[in-house]
Amino acid sequence: MAIRKLLVANRGEIAVRIIRAAQELGIKTVAVHSLADADSLAVKLADEAVPIGPPAAAKSYLKIEAILEAARLTKADAVHPGYGFLAENADFADAVEAAGMVWVGPKGDSIRVMGDKVAARIAAEAAGVPVVPGSDGRIDDPVQARAVALAIGFPVMIKAAAGGGGRGIRIAHDMEEFERLIPQASAEAKAAFGDGGLYMEKVIERARHIEVQVLGDGTRAVHCFERECSLQRRRQKVWEEAPSATLPQAMRERLCASAVALAAAVGYRGAGTLEYLYDDASGAFYFIEMNTRIQVEHPVTEMVTGIDLVREMIRIAGGEPLRFRQDDIRLKGHAIEVRICAEDPSKGFQPAPGTILALRVPGGAGVRFDTMLYQGCTVPPFYDSLLGKLIVWDEDRPSAIARMRRALGELAVEGLPTTRPLHLLLADDPAVAQADFHTRWLEPWLERNAHRLGETPE
Amino acid sequence: MVKQILSPLPGTFYRRPAPDKPVYKEVGDSVSVGDVIGLIEVMKSFNEVTADQTGVITGFPADDEEPVMAGQPLVELG
Repeated sequence: MAIRKLLVANRGEIAVRIIRAAQELGIKTVAVHSLADADSLAVKLADEAVPIGPPAAAKSYLKIEAILEAARLTKADAVHPGYGFLAENADFADAVEAAGMVWVGPKGDSIRVMGDKVAARIAAEAAGVPVVPGSDGRIDDPVQARAVALAIGFPVMIKAAAGGGGRGIRIAHDMEEFERLIPQASAEAKAAFGDGGLYMEKVIERARHIEVQVLGDGTRAVHCFERECSLQRRRQKVWEEAPSATLPQAMRERLCASAVALAAAVGYRGAGTLEYLYDDASGAFYFIEMNTRIQVEHPVTEMVTGIDLVREMIRIAGGEPLRFRQDDIRLKGHAIEVRICAEDPSKGFQPAPGTILALRVPGGAGVRFDTMLYQGCTVPPFYDSLLGKLIVWDEDRPSAIARMRRALGELAVEGLPTTRPLHLLLADDPAVAQADFHTRWLEPWLERNAHRLGETPE
Repeated sequence: MVKQILSPLPGTFYRRPAPDKPVYKEVGDSVSVGDVIGLIEVMKSFNEVTADQTGVITGFPADDEEPVMAGQPLVELG
């Protein structure tokens, strides 16, 4: 069914991103919004806007009935969920389809399977995709425990089967330590949870976060290469790149092929991302989870492949078959995205809502700024702190970093603190220049560099 | 003059640590400097609000789970 009017069930920069893609396809747009977002950029850009509730997300952006009612009211025939909020809510996907509308995303059942960690792990293994080696369930027998430890390789993480909150976790680096820790871990698990059962998982000490973008039409799937998002703070991505600077070509092909195999095996429809840990030392990669939605960092993939992922999602949802063969999709140059958030890096990244008094947006060749900001807009305290994403493309990684440094220099946001000073420091960091990082690299770096995060380099 | 505890941040005011937990403080309770009287959620991060003065609570001008501005009174003390 060709889509004529798309309701965007989201806010912020991603709502703006989706509205733009729809407009280019000649599709009318409906923005739903909370009271706090009545003057938002998405509301201004959409053809129609419908208030759906008070500021709290639980009473607006997460309110399925209110969103469906707005769709009925405006006669929308499709819903795009963006990311966050209801994007991975299978019941919402089903409700949209049950109401006779198009859901811009995978089928509810695909969301259910991939949203369940155990089910996703089983689906991955069935498709031949490697998962983090572990005991595949609980272990009560020390002899069996030793055999599993040898099979998965040290270091091994020992966790309480009934556990949570980090209690009962031990890391053994060799068999001697393992023999010593097993009884301790079991005793602690028994004391803490009344159950001495354990399970084990391989520790990947120096892992990179690498993820593969896929597109599927329910019948066929392709990949759009990988992104590397190893620079993270509190498991939140801070700086993202495409392609990964360190992945050898043969490994890239294997990784991307594994993602396509899994997407094809589950008959995936729409845009999705398979997240992996990549172990530099051994060259092994392990599937962690699949995100069944568009991701924040999708623009870096768009910049290096020339494919508009949000537009493709809408076309596929409207019933078009995938427009690309794998051979059509080529990697060109290097792209970097940094997240500009309303947080004060000099005060432990304290969130800082407020009003934008002045705004200077970077421009020039190879620069893109996906944002919800305009001069005079308010940044409400009720939602996450992402203001926008500064994305650059250039022919290679060193040029892209130089271009990012230049674009960050142009960006000026007045009225509230942002994470711009952090990105300026990262763009000048020798380890970043060498792509010599992993998922636990940034946090100690932030501690060491805390004194410099207060400065505003110009 | 009425003594008040003001919200240090804009955000959403919560009078309980979690939805299934009792409120931190009730009308009639006495508070000392440093006592937690509620939480302010700002951009998905939760910040404890502590009393900056001593007294007995006579009212909560801000409602539980409602938006508040920085500087808005949360608690009145007698």
